[in-house]
Amino acid sequence: MYFPKDLLDKSKALTKKWEDQVKRLTQKNADQKQRWSTVSDLEIKRLYTPEDIEHMDFERDVSVPGEFPFLRGNQPTGYRGRYWTFRMFSGMGTAKETNKRWHMLLKEGQTGLSTAFDFPTLMGYDTDSPIARGECGKCGVAIDTLEDFLQLVDGIPLDQITTSMTINPPATVLWAMYCAAAELKGVGLDKIGGTIQNDMLKEFIAQKTFMCPPEPSVKLICDTIEFGTKFVPRWNTVSISGYHIREAGSTAVQELAFTLRDGVEYVESTIKQKGLDVDDFAPRLSFFFNSHIDFFEEICKMRAARRIWARIMRDRFKAKNPRSWWMRFHTQTAGCSLTAQQPYNNVVRTAVEALAAVLGGTQSLHTNSLDEVLCLPSEHAVEIALRTQQIIAEETGAANTIDPLAGSYFVESLTNTMEEKACEYIEKIDDMGGMVSAIEKGFPQMEIADAAYHYQRQIDRGEKVMVGVNKYVGEEKSLIPLVEIDEKIEEEQTKSLQAVKRKRNGKLVVESLNSLKKACREGENVMPYCIEAVKNLATVQEICDVYREVYGEYHDPGLF
Amino acid sequence: MERKIRIMVAKPGLDGHDRGARILARCFRDAGFEVIYTGCHQTPEQIASAAIQEDVDLVGLSCLSGAHKYLFPKVVELLKEQGAEDIAVIGGGIIPEQDFDLLYKAGVKEVFTPGRSLESIVDWIRENISVQ
Repeated sequence: MYFPKDLLDKSKALTKKWEDQVKRLTQKNADQKQRWSTVSDLEIKRLYTPEDIEHMDFERDVSVPGEFPFLRGNQPTGYRGRYWTFRMFSGMGTAKETNKRWHMLLKEGQTGLSTAFDFPTLMGYDTDSPIARGECGKCGVAIDTLEDFLQLVDGIPLDQITTSMTINPPATVLWAMYCAAAELKGVGLDKIGGTIQNDMLKEFIAQKTFMCPPEPSVKLICDTIEFGTKFVPRWNTVSISGYHIREAGSTAVQELAFTLRDGVEYVESTIKQKGLDVDDFAPRLSFFFNSHIDFFEEICKMRAARRIWARIMRDRFKAKNPRSWWMRFHTQTAGCSLTAQQPYNNVVRTAVEALAAVLGGTQSLHTNSLDEVLCLPSEHAVEIALRTQQIIAEETGAANTIDPLAGSYFVESLTNTMEEKACEYIEKIDDMGGMVSAIEKGFPQMEIADAAYHYQRQIDRGEKVMVGVNKYVGEEKSLIPLVEIDEKIEEEQTKSLQAVKRKRNGKLVVESLNSLKKACREGENVMPYCIEAVKNLATVQEICDVYREVYGEYHDPGLF
Repeated sequence: MERKIRIMVAKPGLDGHDRGARILARCFRDAGFEVIYTGCHQTPEQIASAAIQEDVDLVGLSCLSGAHKYLFPKVVELLKEQGAEDIAVIGGGIIPEQDFDLLYKAGVKEVFTPGRSLESIVDWIRENISVQ
């Protein structure tokens, strides 16, 4: 038991007294509203007491940082050894322009890089593809060949800076480019560090950037996990992501449950397909969560995530290496919590969300810029967002002590509730035969659609408030300068792509693509072939077309 | 009995941000319209031909990638080319106000941006769209 009996007895007596008083007072003056709940509509009580956590066991459920179940964090030293990585997601227009932004961010104190690609790159198309018309450089940087990539990482010390790349269906291709770029710069594969998002299951569930069907998509992910384990030991080959699940409108519990169940699927598949021991690769699995506006719900979600994962890894997969039990995660503040109306308020929202991520023990953080709801962030807006992290780290004292909210009746109780509810979902998906099968049934997609619609209705009815949208609506428009991506970039990028195509050795390109195709057909690991193809200046689309041909294409079933 | 207004909610381009489109599709269905949802990653050509085939009264385009300036006018143009200018086109997503004029001039009837209530969009449709 968590508390001695005499304390619990006293608490029960005093709580009873308090309840009577509340009853009297609320009969006189009713509460402002009947039901109080989180942004995910999880009901919250007026008060939490020792009774809410009396069944916890300190050693089993809480313990200390660096010890199982890692509720309080992976690192025994907390943030004192080093802060979380300040990692701003950025990418815009051409490789040259993005490289310039990266150097500016590093100069301003950013400690890791994170790449946003444009939609053609994300979907495995080249800039000159008819389907890519109008999209070049809009949502991120356009990369067609290794030449673009070399420009992107120009002047970046690849053995010192870790780089995260938000890339999914063509993850093998962009990672191959990173490996090839390192090699050309004389940096060994064992020296480079970073992350590829490479989490296809959440694409089918939420973000909808897909190419091949779920099964071959998972196969490609297993290839990268195997290749990383053997040759690129400092690389996180998959960043199992809840961020997009949440942005698509899920609740916090759904984000937690679906993300962790995706993780289970990758672990199971890698063991099955590659014959690796769980402890060989599990320490390099990383996670990515959203930090939404509901402060305590987010903190509890992150704490629960660490504990559930540790239990899954130890008990379900029998992992023995404590590092396999660790859940390391990046966090991004919630884009969907920001408003186009009164955009300066977004600075405040982002600060609160970032603080929650820090109190939840994140290892890495992106803070959204105030203008991201309207366009790609301006330099000024990015700077405020980065400074927000620096203020939290170095002014507020939030990093002084580890997991400062532990022991709070409310925080521990909500953490427990979220773990229970997430585990119910995980079991349900297990019963469906796993996540691929649940996705084929449309289960996670429809659960999220229900939650998103429910929330929108609550906003429309005024039950949930978004300041500036459905309450405190201002008359005046506050105009902020918007970053616009020049339409001419598409033309320029197409020209430079064509120039690369003219100068490369066509025979080598065809040969390397054919070898890749053969590897795909025979179930070999595609990574070595992919690296060879990008070195021969094969384009992103040429390589992805091989995957499409061999594995088939996936189309959105359009569920709503 | 008059038939219901038929609406096609469509996601042109490579953008996968479909939260808004799917919420609207559901909302239109709940409001009593007939709804077809295309799913993500449709080309303007696919959208125009599906709209004609399905004989819809309204196409609602959603784009959050910034490619609306090419994609929305293209859908209107293709409908016109195929003699289906009676199908109205509206759009929404992350659309900067400075682009509204360009879209209106291209024939997009209305642009809805974040913060619009579902009800107000349904009301707009009831007022402006009639069964053809």
